[in-house]
Amino acid sequence: MPHPPATADPAVSLARVTVAFGAGAARYVAVEAADLSVAPGEFVAIVGPTGCGKSTLLNVVAGLLKPARGRACVQGADVSGVMAPCGYLFQQDALMPWKTARDNVAVALEPKGVARAEAISRAQAWLTKVGLAAFGDRYPHQLSGGQRKRISLAQMLIRDPRILLMDEPFGPLDAQTRALMGDLLLDLWSADRKAVLFVTHDLEEAIALADRVVVMSAGPAARIVAQHTIDLPRPREINEIRLDPKFHTIQRAIWNDLREEVLKTYQAQAGGAA
Amino acid sequence: MSRSTLLAWQVGVAAALLAIWHIGSSVSIFGIYFMPKFFFSTPADVLGRVWKMFATGIVWKHLWITLTETALAFVIGSVTGAGVGFWFARKPKLAAIFDPFLKAANSLPRVVLAPIFMLWFGLGIWSKVALGVTLVFFIVFFNVYQGLRETSPVVLANARMLGMNDRQLMRHVYWPSTLTWVFSSLHASVGFALVGAVVGEYLGAAAGLGYLIHEAEGVFDVTGVFAGMIVLALFVIAIDWAVTSIENRLLVWRPQPHQQS
Ligand SMILES: Nc1ncnc2c1ncn2[C@@H]1O[C@H](COP(=O)(O)OP(=O)(O)OP(=O)(O)O)[C@@H](O)[C@H]1O
Ligand SMILES: [Mg+2]
Repeated sequence: MPHPPATADPAVSLARVTVAFGAGAARYVAVEAADLSVAPGEFVAIVGPTGCGKSTLLNVVAGLLKPARGRACVQGADVSGVMAPCGYLFQQDALMPWKTARDNVAVALEPKGVARAEAISRAQAWLTKVGLAAFGDRYPHQLSGGQRKRISLAQMLIRDPRILLMDEPFGPLDAQTRALMGDLLLDLWSADRKAVLFVTHDLEEAIALADRVVVMSAGPAARIVAQHTIDLPRPREINEIRLDPKFHTIQRAIWNDLREEVLKTYQAQAGGAA
Repeated sequence: MSRSTLLAWQVGVAAALLAIWHIGSSVSIFGIYFMPKFFFSTPADVLGRVWKMFATGIVWKHLWITLTETALAFVIGSVTGAGVGFWFARKPKLAAIFDPFLKAANSLPRVVLAPIFMLWFGLGIWSKVALGVTLVFFIVFFNVYQGLRETSPVVLANARMLGMNDRQLMRHVYWPSTLTWVFSSLHASVGFALVGAVVGEYLGAAAGLGYLIHEAEGVFDVTGVFAGMIVLALFVIAIDWAVTSIENRLLVWRPQPHQQS
């Protein structure tokens, strides 16, 4: 499919990025020398054991966290502070609790100078897309965790950012809604090929969605240990692609890499607690 | 407990207290009154006096004065407290410099300031307003300062990722969370505004509920003192009810554990 990238630069590139928290004896190196590049229009999923530094990497790309060493670039420019082309769906609740669901989505258009009446009607259209048309007047605390995630998704996508950073966006959803949202995301993505960095715990989800799956090692000083290209045909449908025999071959290969790291984390944490 | 049984219990407690008071002050046991009239008056006299105060209309002027002082102290104290709290929350260095001074000022018992305020602002309403402001300011200040520093960093980061500039962040994040903290101290600050007004009047004034009570005390008119206290209590209940209804309207977005949705 001919999709000429706007520039030859990768959408996201990390070069030997090291992130550390604290100083002195309490210094904790979360990520060590991570190299990662996402081409324009590429869908990359990151998997890794809990606490390895996946959110940390996304924060670096988003410009919320400065790496101790290494270089982070977005569309060829060094990341300095929050950058316009990125949309970020946070792992934690990030909606403004004092705004209704609809206002939370509509307010994302204000920095773009969209008039309020139009913003509201576009927000309503997005609520319909994520299946929450009837919940526009609810406040975040009146929504379930999964509903809040979907509102956040609408809030991010309504701005139409070129690069999507998503941190376990479908974590609190049931399997069925999860597949539905995944299909929605793939639909939107295939329409105008944004670059996506997608963090998930669910290996199957990663394979079903992504062009490439990146495996991170256990922390501290987590590294990127493996990258697997997923050459499954597109367009995909999540519940269908799982049945593809190739899917299982890929899954087994990645799981081999991942299992070791998960065990390492488990042993390290169990040892730390004893 | 249902609403009506709750109300029945509350009426019952009030009736029991009035009955004890009535019996203590009007039934003698071997010639001795358990609650002598001179010190305790009687419920009938006090309620009669309250009725008379409203019937003749003399109380309205005093209520109005106290209400004005309370409202002014509340508004001035809240606005300055929220403003300074907001400013300090955004300028940590400034906050660090002024921290001991604010703590010292807050630990001072405000009553000792009343005579000074009377010297500065006279015996009119402004010395009472000033006293109320010194109380309200600190409550709102500490609430807003603390609250803003605890504003969820994720909500803030998310708003920045949406591309908001400083003005938009102010409008959609800082301002609503400041208001939240002002409102969450609403009951306390209105209460203290009233305390400032009444204590100020009590110590020297020509009008107001505190003045009424003080006047009655001056001539050992115990009935008048109790009547003044009852009017004051009714006034507080009315204000508290108004504050609660305002709060419910303004903080609809806040989770309410006791309310099923
Ligand atoms: N502000 C911080 N100060 C100190 N340590 C931190 C801080 N933020 C994260 N860490 C540590 O860095 C490591 C990576 O954290 P991160 O949130 O990136 O993990 P994660 O891979 O997203 O995990 P999960 O899958 O559970 O979300 C963790 O060990 C965490 O304890
Ligand atoms: Mg995380």
